Amino acid sequence: MSLVTFNRVSKAFGTRPQEALRLQRDGVSSPDIRKRLETTVALAETSLTIEAGEVFVVMGLSGSGKSTLLRLINRLIEPTRGSVAIDGTDIGVLSKQDIRTLRRARMSMVFQSFGLLPHRTVEDNIAFGLDIKGLNKSARAAAAQEWIGRVGLEGFAQAFPHELSGGMQQRVGLARALATGADILLMDEPFSALDPLIRREMQDLLITLEQELGRTIVFVTHDLAEAVKLGSRIAILRDGQIVQIGTGADILERPADDYVRAFTEDLRRLRG
Amino acid sequence: MFPDSFTVSIAAPINAFVDWLVITYGDAFEKITGGMLSVLIPLENFLRTAPWWYVIILIGLVTYGASRRWTLSVGLMALSFLMGVLGLWDEAMQTLALMLVSTTVAVILGLPFGILLSRSHRTRLVGLPILDAMQTLPSFVYLIPALMLFGLGKVPAIIATVIYAVPPVIRLTDLGLRHVDREVLEAADAFGATPLQRLWKVELPLALPSIMTGINQATMLALSMVVIASMIGNRGLGQEVLLGINTLDVGRGAAAGLAIVAMAIVLDRTTQSYARRVQVTHGRVGNDA
Repeated sequence: MSLVTFNRVSKAFGTRPQEALRLQRDGVSSPDIRKRLETTVALAETSLTIEAGEVFVVMGLSGSGKSTLLRLINRLIEPTRGSVAIDGTDIGVLSKQDIRTLRRARMSMVFQSFGLLPHRTVEDNIAFGLDIKGLNKSARAAAAQEWIGRVGLEGFAQAFPHELSGGMQQRVGLARALATGADILLMDEPFSALDPLIRREMQDLLITLEQELGRTIVFVTHDLAEAVKLGSRIAILRDGQIVQIGTGADILERPADDYVRAFTEDLRRLRG
Repeated sequence: MFPDSFTVSIAAPINAFVDWLVITYGDAFEKITGGMLSVLIPLENFLRTAPWWYVIILIGLVTYGASRRWTLSVGLMALSFLMGVLGLWDEAMQTLALMLVSTTVAVILGLPFGILLSRSHRTRLVGLPILDAMQTLPSFVYLIPALMLFGLGKVPAIIATVIYAVPPVIRLTDLGLRHVDREVLEAADAFGATPLQRLWKVELPLALPSIMTGINQATMLALSMVVIASMIGNRGLGQEVLLGINTLDVGRGAAAGLAIVAMAIVLDRTTQSYARRVQVTHGRVGNDA
């Protein structure tokens, strides 16, 4: 059984989501739907599976629906149609309490602009998920100490986020997500806000940690090089629809259509 | 000329309503009065009977705690000393006690209403006009029923001061909560925080600078009510101003006015510098860890 299963999931934002999806199926273009119904189709009839332990990269331009796809996994966004299942259980039917329990135990998230708590120290930020879980202070501190070491933040335990560089802040974000022990890591363009050099450093850190931990990562990015470097499989999203799913090599060598080909052009040229 | 047949008298029903309140809930109002006095009177007695230098050192410690700046703290101690030099120490202490109690009540009432207002668009639609009314209604309009319900003296003064001072606490709590970074809120949800955990651990700490600004404004508004409060028998600096006016004693009024300004500066700088400090450092405030 797959860890995460999307079964014909659609999501439309706006006042008339059902009608928008109907028009979309009839082949009306996204801008036309938006004009007519003031509703945006973010994701349309998407089916996919994510296996335990893989790094599944979702790639697309802004507005392609990749952030929506990510948030459907932990139900920060509810689907308009279709269902999302974790370990075969439809999460759409869970009560608010049950979805919170699921998030605490099994999922964590890393954000593009870090989403750290400005009033808490690095140590307390890393322990945030454990604090929410209700762990006591000494257990939180011990866990935070361990992760401070593993993400390379030694000596910064008592610093506040605003005293750190972007790369350092995202190390805190990564440690916070890993510290809860969740087996599904949702990463929403985590390195997009960083300088190229720092970005590469963070990618390498993530690869190292992933080799040790073997967690399932769903990684959203708009950068194909990053997708190919990190992903065991890559899904390319365009206007809310998956154009191609495959390994990095698949996508570079056998692009499904002209859109993907245009995307991969630069990278193929670089690789020679 | 507006035709008489179109007019409706709302004065009579309101009078009847207030009479009914007094008769039916007189005991309840007396209990509220008793409760407030049981806080105000010990505080006032303490401030009035304690040695002056003791109070001034206390003010110094509180202002240092809020601002972490010795220079400011010493300056505010000097201003407090000035109130004594003007011969108005006792009156100032009475006013300070009233300020502290009114502001505390305003915060206790204002925070939950501010939180409520921030939760939905609809509560805001209802709440904001009420706040506007509270701030524009001439204070004498609610001073009279307050007198009938709570008797003459300190308690109606507190009530009137709270009505006048609570709107900025509510408004700025609402504002602060609405401006909390969306991604941080999303992080709280993604990690499985309950609505209450989210409020305590994320929203209120992040809104704290704004809430502190609201409290600062509340203290300033409260202080501007002291003269009016003195008209219903509340003693203190306001009464000195009132007596100065009544006897055409310009000097006496000016001295009391100066003392009020001195106290305003003390309260303003203290709350303001605290607000600024939590904003700049985002220090460990409102955090259990």
